[in-house]
Amino acid sequence: MDLIISDLSHHIRLNKGFFLWMGFLVLAFLACLFAYTRQLKYGLGVAGIRDYISWGLYISNFVFFVASSLIGMLISAVLGLIGMKWVQPITRIAETIAVAFAAVAGLVIVMDMGRPERLAYVFLYARFQSPILWDVTVITTYFVISLMLLMLPMIPDMAVLYKRYGSLPSWLKPVYKVLSLNWTDHPEQNRIIHRSIYILLILIIPAALSIHTVTSWLFALTVRPGWDSTIFGPYFVSGAFVAGSAAVIIAMFFFRKNYRLKDYLTDLHFNNMGKVLVLVAFVYLYFNINEYLVPGYKLKRADAIHLRELMSGHFAVMFWLVQVGGLLIPIVLMLFRKMRKPLPLTLISVVVLIAAWFKRYLIVVPTMAHPFLPIQHVPDNFKIYTPTLTEIAITLLSFILVLIIITLISKFFPVIPVVETAKEKGLDPLKSNES
Amino acid sequence: MDENTVNKGDEQDSSKSSRRNFLKNIGLLGAGVAAGAGALYSGDIFEKKKAATGEAKVLLTQDNKLVEVDSLELKALAKNPTKLMLEKGREGIEGRRWVMVIDLSKCRNARRCIAACQEAHQLKPGQYHLNTLQMQDAPDTAPYHMPKNCQHCDNPPCVAVCPVDATYKRGDGIVLIDNERCIGCRFCMAACPYSARIFQWTLPKDAGKHQGEAYNVELNVPQKLGTISKCLFSADRCREGKLPYCVSACPNGVYYFGDENEDAVSNGTTKETVRLSKLLRDNGAYQLMPELGTRPRVYYLPPKNRLFPFEPATDEAPKEG
Repeated sequence: MDLIISDLSHHIRLNKGFFLWMGFLVLAFLACLFAYTRQLKYGLGVAGIRDYISWGLYISNFVFFVASSLIGMLISAVLGLIGMKWVQPITRIAETIAVAFAAVAGLVIVMDMGRPERLAYVFLYARFQSPILWDVTVITTYFVISLMLLMLPMIPDMAVLYKRYGSLPSWLKPVYKVLSLNWTDHPEQNRIIHRSIYILLILIIPAALSIHTVTSWLFALTVRPGWDSTIFGPYFVSGAFVAGSAAVIIAMFFFRKNYRLKDYLTDLHFNNMGKVLVLVAFVYLYFNINEYLVPGYKLKRADAIHLRELMSGHFAVMFWLVQVGGLLIPIVLMLFRKMRKPLPLTLISVVVLIAAWFKRYLIVVPTMAHPFLPIQHVPDNFKIYTPTLTEIAITLLSFILVLIIITLISKFFPVIPVVETAKEKGLDPLKSNES
Repeated sequence: MDENTVNKGDEQDSSKSSRRNFLKNIGLLGAGVAAGAGALYSGDIFEKKKAATGEAKVLLTQDNKLVEVDSLELKALAKNPTKLMLEKGREGIEGRRWVMVIDLSKCRNARRCIAACQEAHQLKPGQYHLNTLQMQDAPDTAPYHMPKNCQHCDNPPCVAVCPVDATYKRGDGIVLIDNERCIGCRFCMAACPYSARIFQWTLPKDAGKHQGEAYNVELNVPQKLGTISKCLFSADRCREGKLPYCVSACPNGVYYFGDENEDAVSNGTTKETVRLSKLLRDNGAYQLMPELGTRPRVYYLPPKNRLFPFEPATDEAPKEG
């Protein structure tokens, strides 16, 4: 038992690597924060978005963040509830990613506001006819449920580590004590916590489906070619699982290496996550075919312009790199068992995740670049969208924030559930007489 | 019994009448004094007023009547003017249903409408509430110039998606924007199929000069950084009973503007007023993208029987200011 505890908790300390990494993140954060203060001062004009392409990096990034946060629900709820035992060591990683991305998604949308100081108006003058209100509601709900799904299973771990892990840094002890909520492993406590987690796992499924369906409706509820689609909900949800699975695989790889968790995050877990990624990527591919083939066959005038711009026009290079390099080739590669080993799978996941980000860009920007009526008599930078440095820095800001949140959670709490792992091996975590 | 009563009555009458007379006299005197004093007093005030300003101001009341008020009697209301205008701007003009008709056969792309519009709404050269687009529907059909503004749809997609009720549809058909409320999310821009909306990405034109001015929601002026702006059918001019800025500025008789309820529209150039229903019926009027179900309040008359050759627009892209 002590071995499990120290294996899963030895990374919980302040070491040089942590300070270096956090120092780097904080410096980068401050640099990017400066870019945002420029936007606050001079207005959204510091970004490359203009009257016709009025949604750009920020909104693409927002969609990507909401998408990535969806993975918490897939791993913990869907795979957990249907009895996949192997997901157990990954659940906390998935929930951490869900919490980090969901929390920052809310900030990303504020970065896109022309008047961020009027944020409170969204609640003061709320109009429930607007999909933005639906989005605010479901993202908040999803964030709260995800946070609870991260915290609740951690309660027994806090108690065990507080009582039994001698090397727990002293400054963390009060935190652990509070978060353990006086856990004594009483049967009644166990009954309550299992029941609560079970209910949350069921609740998070509709909440997660809602956040990305509603996010897709921000586009699908308009009449614009490229957005005016009835399959946007499932199209986005399946795409979200692709992005999220890739993010989890990358996180698994880093934790396994940096926190020395080779015995707990084994090749089996990578192999299985690879299979999950292939499955969701196939579903996503299916929706992609629907999304492009159906309007492509009919070629209504506006759709034709949109598809031509995507496939052979201004966005063609990015489009084919994303569709072939970021989806088709990874699917084929991951069909082979060798490619589902930790290192190759992580490399593939990095490609898939980057492609997933650019895919959001390809959904948002080309549609805006070709409205129904021609764009005339306007400055040239209104016709072609080029993100500015400031805009890119502000987008990076959100990524740095996600990394900071994930680093802090994973560094100061066990990445892999301690008590669950122990119980799986038939050990009683609160008794010290076993090995 | 009767006699007695009569006598008594007489007695009472005489005593009453004397008392009444007395009271009357006092009353008359009192009234006279009061009147005299009043006259003196008002005369005094009149003198003072004359000394102070001597100005009579002509004002427009809420129910569209012109009244003359002496400037001394004017006092500022407790509410600030921006708030008053915001409240008034929400209501619309009673009994009206504004409508615009654009005759494409007359448009020569003079762009005088645009200049007048940009001047009134404090817009930079590249910012359009109204823009003339060079259109060609099919390869073999003739090109034409099409002024395009907000269509003031009766089923406006922009209003539907606004999260804070900053953009709204009024009873008189006009779609307006409250720039004191707009959070700058630009969902309305994404929702509008006519690309009618613009955004203040950078400091608006002459922002420093107009700083601190009361905001007029019926004119979107002064323009505000980080918020949306668009054509308002010149709601401020409608309230004054005048034609919109663009309509009055057109040298070629392209625009008609008026009230659907009266079934009458006036041409901004010729000042001729015609029946709306007859104008639409006789000229094969149509709307932009009616298949989208937005039900626009702007009608177009097709570009037929043109008296001039088509000249392509010399597209000098304005610099972003």
